[in-house]
Amino acid sequence: MSVEVTERTDVQLQAERRPLVRLTSVKKYFPITQGIIFQHHVGDVHAVDDVDLEIYPGETLGLVGETGCGKSTLARVIMRLYDATSGTIEFEGRDVTRVKGRELREMRRDMQMIFQDPFASLNPRKTVGSIIGEPYHLHKTVPREKVKPEVQQLMELVGLNPEHYNRYPHEFSGGQRQRIGVARSLALHPKLIVCDEPVSALDVSIQAQILNLLEDLQEEFNLTYLFIAHDLSVVKHVSDRVAVMYLGKVVEMASGDTLYRTPKHPYTGALLSAVPIPDPDLAAQKQRIILEGDVPSPIDPPAGCRFHPRCPQSRAVAKAEGKPDGPHPRCYEEEPALTPQHPGQLAACHFPLEDRAVADATISG
Amino acid sequence: MPEPLLEVRDLTVHFPTEDGLVKAVDGVSFTVQPGETLGVVGESGSGKSVTFLTVMGLTSSGSAIIEGEVLFQGQDLLKLPKDEMRTIRGSKISMIFQDPMTSLHPFYKVGYQIGEAIRTHQKVSKNEAHDQAVEMLKRVGISRPDERAKQYPHEFSGGMRQRAMIAMALSLNPDLLIADEPTTALDVTVQAQILDLIDRLKDEFNAAVVMITHDLGVVAEHCDDIQVMYAGRAVEFGDARDIYYDAHHPYTWGLLRSIARLDSSGRERLEPIQGLPPSLIFVPPGCPFHPRCPYVFDKCRTDVPALIPADGHHASACHLSLADKERIFHEEVMVRT
Repeated sequence: MSVEVTERTDVQLQAERRPLVRLTSVKKYFPITQGIIFQHHVGDVHAVDDVDLEIYPGETLGLVGETGCGKSTLARVIMRLYDATSGTIEFEGRDVTRVKGRELREMRRDMQMIFQDPFASLNPRKTVGSIIGEPYHLHKTVPREKVKPEVQQLMELVGLNPEHYNRYPHEFSGGQRQRIGVARSLALHPKLIVCDEPVSALDVSIQAQILNLLEDLQEEFNLTYLFIAHDLSVVKHVSDRVAVMYLGKVVEMASGDTLYRTPKHPYTGALLSAVPIPDPDLAAQKQRIILEGDVPSPIDPPAGCRFHPRCPQSRAVAKAEGKPDGPHPRCYEEEPALTPQHPGQLAACHFPLEDRAVADATISG
Repeated sequence: MPEPLLEVRDLTVHFPTEDGLVKAVDGVSFTVQPGETLGVVGESGSGKSVTFLTVMGLTSSGSAIIEGEVLFQGQDLLKLPKDEMRTIRGSKISMIFQDPMTSLHPFYKVGYQIGEAIRTHQKVSKNEAHDQAVEMLKRVGISRPDERAKQYPHEFSGGMRQRAMIAMALSLNPDLLIADEPTTALDVTVQAQILDLIDRLKDEFNAAVVMITHDLGVVAEHCDDIQVMYAGRAVEFGDARDIYYDAHHPYTWGLLRSIARLDSSGRERLEPIQGLPPSLIFVPPGCPFHPRCPYVFDKCRTDVPALIPADGHHASACHLSLADKERIFHEEVMVRT
């Protein structure tokens, strides 16, 4: 199963041209209805609104944003757990937006998911062996009598003791349970693994173990990850590229380092400045960009740029131009498109942050 | 030295179970000064929550064997009868918990729940309590507090629920606020807001704060002193600068090294602490950290290290010599962090 070095570079070269997953203006609206017998459609929750995204083979794409920004919905749309309201999803160049039945099941072999809560995502009444072996029974890729050795091999691979095959989830700690989830996701040798907040329920010291495990497995099996988290420091650590979501839209996309050094979208700047730094002196120097108010409702998202009601940058620009107090008119009249900034960096903002301002805003030095 | 607000002396909390004696807290001593913020850091199962639940009188004496002293304003809380403890809990010491979803009652309006806390301790009418609740919601930064007070917890976002919990905890103007992982369930942006709020209210209400967390990153900006706990014991104690720039215990080093830092360059590999925290029934002999410690030597396997101050304040429970600790920290740990 190990991939030769030459093969891997080939894959990378190919990756420049062919994404593993491509989303084109994907929308996912959840209808809101009223009435008991006759359901009137009264509105929509705009969970994911017009997202274009490409995930290349062998890379880790990070997806960050606050609770309710649509990042988990987007992941479930990619997994085909939800049907997209509109737009297309391509997997390995094939349109899979509407595939059904057997075709869908076959496609699902190539994409697996790791969930946030290792306590809720494992059936407490099944043994670890049958949890990890379940995909084999569903997809019948391995004959029944070979399931046990396969599962034990997987357990060893993720750092679990294969002798614990017959134990139940409650006998394991949080970190070990997350390893069970990882082993289950690897059973069918998928190409894409969607990790939905895989470490946010774990202790810091255990987080590092799981992050390292995911990195090792990626190298060994040439996996592609979509890594979802609300913690920018974790996302930056594991990701090749990072997409920042706000209220159903991707507002910025760049490599982790670029994003950290020169964020362009004011929301990214605010997210960065909120991340705690384990260093009292640096933390004291850091200037916080405080966001006012709460995330607006995705039922009726703000017109123009969705971030404008909370955007400090928009207010600052309006003030500098002598406009009345409040956000700059352009921000609520015209919706910004994702436009190139630095090489490999896209941001959807009319007044992107300047490089210098950012250095002040995060940490100096 | 002023008289400490809270002084815990040699506290042990053991739970007898069918499998054996769970030594959740095993000889912990520390003090909290008035107006101070103490950070308590450790992994799950390190005894940090049990220590403070015991301070609050919330570990039931029926199931736990508690020894030691918990002196609050000079009074031993462990010896107080239940009804006297109840008046202290809430009015003098209050606590907020990790999960604001489960710590508010889903059937009652938020304003009523805060008012109930007030009415338990003060003789006020329902209307006065409600007015005070609205005032508290305003002080913790909830907009339109009079409307919000009439809403149910499910209508609040996670950050707002935690604000409501803080409002309830501070409504009786306590001298000590214990925050048990107050931001672990929240987004980073909301986490920053809540931590700032606790800082600000601490000064406003002139209270001391104990911040319990598993993440050393969270406490760097907000704590005066930090206590690191492992397997029911305090392994290191010092002010924030001691812990981040001059840590003396290999476990603290491990915690510092395993944090994914925003300002580290590129995709450096994290260095997690190897192995798992020990079972609290079979705590390893000698230093409880020795099976996971990369610097272990013979003495660690047999002798329990005491928490010995290196200077007046900074103390660590480790058999390595001070010179070795400083050398290893600056050569191996500081390089990465």
